[in-house]
Amino acid sequence: MIWNEEAECMAPGEKTKLQLEKLQEVVERAYNNVPYYQKRFNEAGIGPEDIETLSDLEKIPFTTKADLRDAYPFGMFAVPPDDIVEVHTSSGTTGKPTVSGYTREDIRIWSEVMARALTMAGADKKDVIQNCYGYGLFTGGLGIHYGTQNVGATVIPISAGNTQRQVEILKDFQSSIITCTPSYALYLAEVLEKEGITGEDLNLKAGVFGAEMWTEEMREEIERRLHLDALNIYGLTEIIGPGVAQECMDKSGLHIFDDHFYPEIIDPQTLKTLPEGEKGELVLTTLTREGMPILRFRTRDITSLQSGECPCGRSLVKMDRITGRSDDMLKIRGVIVFPSQIERALLKIPGLEPHYQIIVTRPQHLDELEVHVEASPALFSDEVKHVEKAKEMIQKRIHDEIGLRVNVNLVEPESIPRSEGKAVRVVDKRKFD
Amino acid sequence: MKLKQISVFLENRKGRLWKAMNVLATADINIRALSIADTSEFGILRMIVPDPEKAQRVLEKNHFVVKVNQVIAVEVPDEPGGLDHILGVLTQADINVEYLYAFVEKNEEKAIVVIRTEDVDAGIQALEAAQVTILSADEVYKI
Repeated sequence: MIWNEEAECMAPGEKTKLQLEKLQEVVERAYNNVPYYQKRFNEAGIGPEDIETLSDLEKIPFTTKADLRDAYPFGMFAVPPDDIVEVHTSSGTTGKPTVSGYTREDIRIWSEVMARALTMAGADKKDVIQNCYGYGLFTGGLGIHYGTQNVGATVIPISAGNTQRQVEILKDFQSSIITCTPSYALYLAEVLEKEGITGEDLNLKAGVFGAEMWTEEMREEIERRLHLDALNIYGLTEIIGPGVAQECMDKSGLHIFDDHFYPEIIDPQTLKTLPEGEKGELVLTTLTREGMPILRFRTRDITSLQSGECPCGRSLVKMDRITGRSDDMLKIRGVIVFPSQIERALLKIPGLEPHYQIIVTRPQHLDELEVHVEASPALFSDEVKHVEKAKEMIQKRIHDEIGLRVNVNLVEPESIPRSEGKAVRVVDKRKFD
Repeated sequence: MKLKQISVFLENRKGRLWKAMNVLATADINIRALSIADTSEFGILRMIVPDPEKAQRVLEKNHFVVKVNQVIAVEVPDEPGGLDHILGVLTQADINVEYLYAFVEKNEEKAIVVIRTEDVDAGIQALEAAQVTILSADEVYKI
């Protein structure tokens, strides 16, 4: 089933025409209503009239997360406050969160793209969708919710956490589609197995998994253990939330809803646009959003694009699964962590050398964060209990800063590998390629 | 009388203890007594050496984290009940022992016990009051 055949199977020429039309409109709207864009356009010596073809998009300066943060809270809104009907924010781990404002039309677009995404996963009116994404300011929960309602399926707004309850509902309500992070899906599988509940006892047919990086191996494992089709969903709060792209049953990449979100791939170093098929940083432009149009947003996610018709019949451009980041951001159990936050926590401890290394592993399908810190005379003592206390204190400081429990391991000075005089900060042992 | 003890942080990794020993050997430092506290993630090597400052210097030069602190060395008869008496004294005086280690003298029927009490001064006071022989640094190094 295809939710919106006209939009999803559009001929390439027609699509390009539509995209250019919408691009010109959104650039005009952004320029006229958002001082930030007017300033950036003027600085670059361009105006909305300079966008004559889709490739003219390259003339427009990039928008970064920092730009959005500077506009906190409502500086990026392109409509009067009265027209905003909903707001969401990013988690704000590195400072002020970024705010996303939606008009009634934006919410309609969101529920449209989410309906397309869920339909790709095989959802229709008969389905019972257990939505384990968090409800609230995070876009995950409500994005899926709107899509489910649009499709006409039954949504179980259970939100994240409370695994016992999740298991009970999965079984009792015979949920047919589950939406959560892939690592949570594996955790659920483990709990189910422990309780002797097998895939056959459940009614699951598909899972819509996102909000973190995962691999083909994880897909195979989730499918085997939960007896369902595991599909990748992609989205980000800055653009709309979940529903920017979704995998179809062909499982060969995520269809970007490119009549609403225009993708480009750039080289994160040179910032030049790369030809189709090449790996680089995904840059997105919202073609239709009213409340907060975003032009050329640097997602920092590494992927590549591929056009052409998919066996599923859709002509929407496909992006490869995300295989990395162009910055040092880490997602640990869905929580955004920057190494600089850990450094900040360490610097607050007197006598501690800020030589550290972050080691991320996924031993039991759940991310583990280990921080190696070089021991110093200030932390050291002849007594074991004092050294352990120092270790616990560091763990607590890091926890206070990033909101995640970590395991601190004291190592000998000079033992953390340094390359070109700078320490290698992150060793991510999870495999995404 | 207090005695200087040198403590070294050891990461729980192959070859680290050997490296520390190697550094001391190269600097011609003889170890009088030694003990290791080990946890699952790290170890603490504690030693009595004749020149703790020099040992600290060479170890630090080789990137070890080192701490010099005070402990008490007492002499006990090398016979059953020797340590029992000492610990009895400290328990009576309500003094907490953090750790201790012992070594036997070569030529005499005596053993030397290195004791780290929570409060080193209080430990010395209690032991002196019970007429336990507390050894000076020189006496320990001469063994």
